[in-house]
Amino acid sequence: MEKQFRIFRFDPEAGGEPHYQSYTVSARPEERILDCLNRIKWEQDGTLGYRMSCAHGVCGSDGMRINGVCALACQKLVKDYADSVEITIEPLPFFKVLKDLIVDMDEFLARIASMKPYLIPAEPPPEKEYLQSPQDHKKVEDVIRCILCACCTGACPVMRGENPDYVGPAALVWAYRFLYDTRDGQFTSRLEKLNEPDSVWPCVNYFECTRVCPKEIPITKSINMMKREIKKNLPNPGGE
Amino acid sequence: MVFKHDVLIVGAGLAGLRAATEVAGKADVALFSKVYPTRSHSGAAQGGIAAALGNEEPDSWEWHMYDTVKGGDYLSDQDVAEILAKDSIRAVYELEHLGVPFNRTPEGRIAQRNFGGHTRDFGAAPVKRACYAADRSGRVMMDTLYFEAVRKGIKIYPEFNVMDLIVQEGQVAGLVACELATGKIHFFHARSVLIATGGYGKVYKVTSNAFASTGDGLYLTYKLGIPLEDMEFVQFHPTGIYGLGVLISEAARGEGGVLRNNAGERFMERYAPTIKDLAPRDMVSRAIFTEIRQGRGVNGEDFVNLDLTHLGEKKLAEKLSDISSFVKIYLGLDPVKELIPIHPTCHYMMGGIPTNTHGQVLDLHNNPVPGLYAAGECSCISLHGANRLGCNSLLDLVVFGRRAGAHICDELKNLSWVEPPPAPESATIERIRRLKERTAGDKAVVIRQRLQEIMTTECSVFRHEETLKNALTEIRALEDRYNRVSIDYKGDRYNTDLTDALELEHLLALGEAIVACALARTESRGAHWREDFPERVDEEWLKHTIVQKTNAGVSITYKPVSITRFEPKPRAY
Ligand SMILES: Cc1cc2nc3c(=O)[nH]c(=O)nc-3n(C[C@H](O)[C@H](O)[C@H](O)COP(=O)(O)OP(=O)(O)OC[C@H]3O[C@@H](n4cnc5c(N)ncnc54)[C@H](O)[C@@H]3O)c2cc1C
Ligand code: SF4
Ligand code: SF4
Ligand code: FES
Repeated sequence: MEKQFRIFRFDPEAGGEPHYQSYTVSARPEERILDCLNRIKWEQDGTLGYRMSCAHGVCGSDGMRINGVCALACQKLVKDYADSVEITIEPLPFFKVLKDLIVDMDEFLARIASMKPYLIPAEPPPEKEYLQSPQDHKKVEDVIRCILCACCTGACPVMRGENPDYVGPAALVWAYRFLYDTRDGQFTSRLEKLNEPDSVWPCVNYFECTRVCPKEIPITKSINMMKREIKKNLPNPGGE
Repeated sequence: MVFKHDVLIVGAGLAGLRAATEVAGKADVALFSKVYPTRSHSGAAQGGIAAALGNEEPDSWEWHMYDTVKGGDYLSDQDVAEILAKDSIRAVYELEHLGVPFNRTPEGRIAQRNFGGHTRDFGAAPVKRACYAADRSGRVMMDTLYFEAVRKGIKIYPEFNVMDLIVQEGQVAGLVACELATGKIHFFHARSVLIATGGYGKVYKVTSNAFASTGDGLYLTYKLGIPLEDMEFVQFHPTGIYGLGVLISEAARGEGGVLRNNAGERFMERYAPTIKDLAPRDMVSRAIFTEIRQGRGVNGEDFVNLDLTHLGEKKLAEKLSDISSFVKIYLGLDPVKELIPIHPTCHYMMGGIPTNTHGQVLDLHNNPVPGLYAAGECSCISLHGANRLGCNSLLDLVVFGRRAGAHICDELKNLSWVEPPPAPESATIERIRRLKERTAGDKAVVIRQRLQEIMTTECSVFRHEETLKNALTEIRALEDRYNRVSIDYKGDRYNTDLTDALELEHLLALGEAIVACALARTESRGAHWREDFPERVDEEWLKHTIVQKTNAGVSITYKPVSITRFEPKPRAY
């Protein structure tokens, strides 16, 4: 089957303006969009730039906008776009484009790092493992699926609109991951961090992040739960 | 600009990360990764990490050591297997203390499950030894160590492609790397370099490995005259998704899944009566190929089925959810109700850069190269022998990554700053210039795909003198064609067209080494199965293969195996 692609191109080095370029690829319905990009790059146009590595949705490299929706190119198949005459591929919105579909990830990771995404236990570790019940483990089971692909952050209308300084959904997923890890000892200070103006409060429940997350993490629900946690535990919840 | 760090670590997978966090605070250390660090392939590991914690049932490190050695078909160095098995328990607790979210037993301890080749009482029955976090064990371990590295303030060079290693008068002086975002080539001066670049499954057509698994680290040392060890031992994992090679972890069988042929028969009962579907990977992969060859592939095609339907929806959702979603997304099948078509996929490389138990890289005469270290899948510490057991790789990475880091710290006082040659980056710049200037010639993809096909048809699970000789001739012809390879993109920023072409040089050299070593070993052992020599011959072949690059091709020598506790016995399960 022949499939048409319309791909965003921008090379700051060459000095040109951003534009779209069309390609035709022959592809089977069950092939991945990433397979098509590879075929374009390998066989037709070696100048096309995009990231990829694992090709099965675990490394998080190839978040991009496919027909307007943020997704992993390796997790979407040609048949998912059977109705489209042409598949449009663009870089993740909000992010700075470095070349074609490759965007700058530094700030994204810095915002996650600002959430102290590591365990800060209250007590020195026991001789063996910390004990944690299966129920307690379950609290973080969904969020540990995050692969840092940034689809959620690219999709969030708040980031693109009124508040570009909003830490964004991915950073909040990582905050949640440690807030609810029973081995951690920083519950209150983590909540205080989450109560800062650009933390949980700018989120206005558009659910866009949840809709696009390739790992089906209930992001918005998790953010709301942290908002309630702040209201319950802190004297000065920022959302009031 | 001059870049200078005491220690440079090439690779931000689990091996590189664990080494770096060991060095941090004791010396100035920097980490390089050609992909964004969190994209490293350790994140794809699904099943778990082995340790005889005994949380689910009695277990001991001696049994673990024995399983490792027997699983490796007695080619594992037993002193190394002993270090691994003993240290595994500390290593897993350490990961847990850092925050790895392992699944739990009802008592709140780390949960454990069955995995291929892991047994109790020296082979009596399967034992639950694999510690896991659902089926994303590698991902959560890597994220934990990555953010630990960030927390420790380790200098990270993301998307820097290391292209050359600079060794002066037998001692490491640093490396040359290309900053992918700008295309700039820099020299990094150092006293010690650790290579942790992972595997090279991309030598084959169907593989569970990432696009980045191109064996760069092995080639960096190989082209300097440092040998490679045990290259003929390539692991094919029995259960790759048919056609794609995407892995369905052994955890699926550890949780009770079984393999079935066209008649619906659980055929592993015939090949490994005691542990059946949980036999080591080399045996299961051979069994699958044998079923297919004897006409028992499903629908007369070249696959068999993995049956998870009896595990129930809850278990699949809780313990195998990523795998279930792969099957749904890529095959459109529901594993709760339907059988999964599978075929062996190239998965792990037992061979690599020879090292001792401190991670020091060994030269042809078995002497350490001052300042040079290797750890992880790119290294051959002779732990996995002729066939690696599942869950022993993640363990290898953290146990021996840490040991290498610790040894570097101890050694630094003996390592002076070696003066680099003038313009150390010139050879790399020249290599790139030649490629960019060429206007006509094959595209890299044509040669790469041909190499991958040859390796798959002539040098995979079953091997034969005739097919191997064929492969060698073909690969040498491809190497010749490679000298005329050309690229489209002549620019500097994120030139992946260029990296593809450069990586192909590595794949060709490693493919040649694999085939040459396989041709030389006229016996069958572990993952290396010669149809024309189907017996294991300890008198002649209980030894490691050492291969070195020469002007005429390769030269092959051997070195002894360390045997301390377990005398080689026939390997039955
Ligand atoms: C799908 C899958 C599932 C697996 N499941 C398990 C399991 O359950 N249990 C288990 O024990 N093992 C498992 N394994 C095996 C194990 O995951 C790997 O052997 C291991 O992760 C390799 O880790 P590493 O640190 O050596 O290298 P990798 O994690 O592959 O990292 C390599 C690093 O080197 C960098 N690099 C490479 N070349 C260059 C260069 N030229 N310049 C700069 N940087 C470079 C890369 O960017 C990357 O950061 C699995 C493997 C696969 C493929
Ligand atoms: S729910 Fe919140 S974080 Fe998610 S897209 Fe909407 S505003 Fe953004
Ligand atoms: S939360 Fe989901 S969409 Fe966001 S970075 Fe993680 S995996 Fe990607
Ligand atoms: S390439 Fe790894 S997530 Fe798509």
